[in-house]
Amino acid sequence: MGWTTLLLALREIRRNLMRSFLTVLGIVIGVAAVVTMVTLGNGATQSVSDQISSLGSNLLMLRPGQRMGHGSSGAPSFNAEDAEAIKTQVSSLKAVAPTVSRTSVVVVGTKNWATSITGSNSDYFTAGNWTLEEGRFFNATEERAGKAVCVIGATVRKELYEAHSPVGDSMRIKQFSCEVIGVLAAKGQSAMGRDQDDTVVMPLRTVQRRLTGKQDVTTILISMQDGASTEQVTNQLNVLMRERRKLSDNEDDNFSIRDTKEIAQTLSGAIGTMTALLGAVAAVSLLVGGIGIMNIMLVSVTERTREIGIRLAIGALEKEVLMQFLTEAVVLSAFGGLVGLLLAAVACYGLAAMLSLPFLFSPSINLLAFGFSAAIGVIFGYVPARRAAQLDPIEALRHE
Amino acid sequence: MNDASITVESDALIQLAGITKTYGRGQAEFQALKGVDLSIRQGEFVAIMGPSGSGKSTAMNILGCLDTPTSGAYLFEGVHVENLSRDQRALLRRNYLGFVFQGFNLLARTSAQENVELPLLYRGETAEARHEIGMAALRSVGLEEWAHHTSSELSGGQQQRVAIARAIVTNPKVLLADEPTGNLDSKRGHEIMELLVSMNRDHGITILMVTHEPDIAAYAKRIVHFVDGEIALDDENGGAA
Repeated sequence: MGWTTLLLALREIRRNLMRSFLTVLGIVIGVAAVVTMVTLGNGATQSVSDQISSLGSNLLMLRPGQRMGHGSSGAPSFNAEDAEAIKTQVSSLKAVAPTVSRTSVVVVGTKNWATSITGSNSDYFTAGNWTLEEGRFFNATEERAGKAVCVIGATVRKELYEAHSPVGDSMRIKQFSCEVIGVLAAKGQSAMGRDQDDTVVMPLRTVQRRLTGKQDVTTILISMQDGASTEQVTNQLNVLMRERRKLSDNEDDNFSIRDTKEIAQTLSGAIGTMTALLGAVAAVSLLVGGIGIMNIMLVSVTERTREIGIRLAIGALEKEVLMQFLTEAVVLSAFGGLVGLLLAAVACYGLAAMLSLPFLFSPSINLLAFGFSAAIGVIFGYVPARRAAQLDPIEALRHE
Repeated sequence: MNDASITVESDALIQLAGITKTYGRGQAEFQALKGVDLSIRQGEFVAIMGPSGSGKSTAMNILGCLDTPTSGAYLFEGVHVENLSRDQRALLRRNYLGFVFQGFNLLARTSAQENVELPLLYRGETAEARHEIGMAALRSVGLEEWAHHTSSELSGGQQQRVAIARAIVTNPKVLLADEPTGNLDSKRGHEIMELLVSMNRDHGITILMVTHEPDIAAYAKRIVHFVDGEIALDDENGGAA
């Protein structure tokens, strides 16, 4: 009976192709939405964890003020001496890079490009896990002298130079011109979605003298040695900075130490929550799709009352009629689920490329969504199927 | 409820004893059958006649195991049908009974062949067997050529022939026909009756037919008249056409 029931169901679906299609549309959209949301969410999470390594592992960020994003408002900035003190007094460090950034327009020939200009030392490249595409980083002599040399990011190179190598060329920033000595290898987007390659790096002193005109350092990047305890280093930093900033015991810190790993984890946590939320919203549409199936199946039972009467009269058992209608509902919803999965695969492929996220095909969510759609067929098909099976054959035959 | 005093007639295929059927309750109570005794032997062709409301349709539903009596005994080959469950009655219909209705009741948008094969499907026959037996049944009603036409492409007479083919495809003991010619003109009606007579004569199928047309009833060998829920007249029909 099993195989025959399936054939009967398929025949019935084929007979009402348009209606069947409209019925399963809800399931198709629901499954596609759930799978797309979760797949893209997983991609985003993956992309964030990729950023952890591209940011540099064991990286701490020391900033003035208490909260991230508030900048230096109120709290005094750091200076190059702070960085020097950290380097000499805190143990287990690999690199300490005092940085100051400014957005400025860079001009090369007839082209110009607004980018972020960062002043720092050569430790900046170590802390940020930067590698060179060509040329070199600046050296200690250039740092001390505040020479107008710069290392440019891949985006800046793409925007301002043609195929030829920019190394040795000069570019104009405000009133001074600066020699390009190196090009950084591309790193892509940061965890916050910023293009990390849209950057120009110069010796700290150069930026302070020629762009900001102040001795301020806004952020100090601190890279710890492998295996160093984040807690210990943070504690040492805290004590040192409180001392240097002359804070008395009852005053709060007017600086903050951020672990980039922690930021990345917070971010992926947030993305995970968003994914779960969007997935839940999509799951509701799946549920609505299920109700759509129930609705159509109920209509179908009423419409086919006479047919059910005939089947019962010629000796169909209650459970056979039940199975026929249940199979129809399950075949419909499972088919809808399958189409939904295909749609999701196409959507994920396209959207992942558009949002430059990795496309992580997850068999588990696909299986889960498919299983769920089939289950919806059983759950929402049962009531109409039972109604069909329990019809009185005499009444059903008399039905117009 | 069951009449223990029923005498089982050994040669009876169907035996009704003291069958009553009551619809509704209290004030609205209506007794459709008021104690019907009827015995039908294998191979009979019985016409059931009577004015509307006489209980003939109720009797037919009970005989067809579609309905159960309120009281009384119904023996089908010695088995008490009134004690059977819904599914057991379905199995009895599947294996021993065939139905022909006034409105043909074929499945819409389904070919004649598929309609005829439907009862075989529920009997679990293989596709091959279904096809073979189904085509044989269609041949016996002269519609082999129309096997692939859907019901809407067939005339009324042809549809009723398909319905008869569907009813006899399982080789039933009894064929129950409820006003089989009611929706047909007189010429087609007589053709259908000829077909039923040949089924009865050549295949030995017992036929129970409800009709209100005397010239249709005339094809039967025996006519049972219902009046007010009781059998008023039950006589052998000498002048079968």
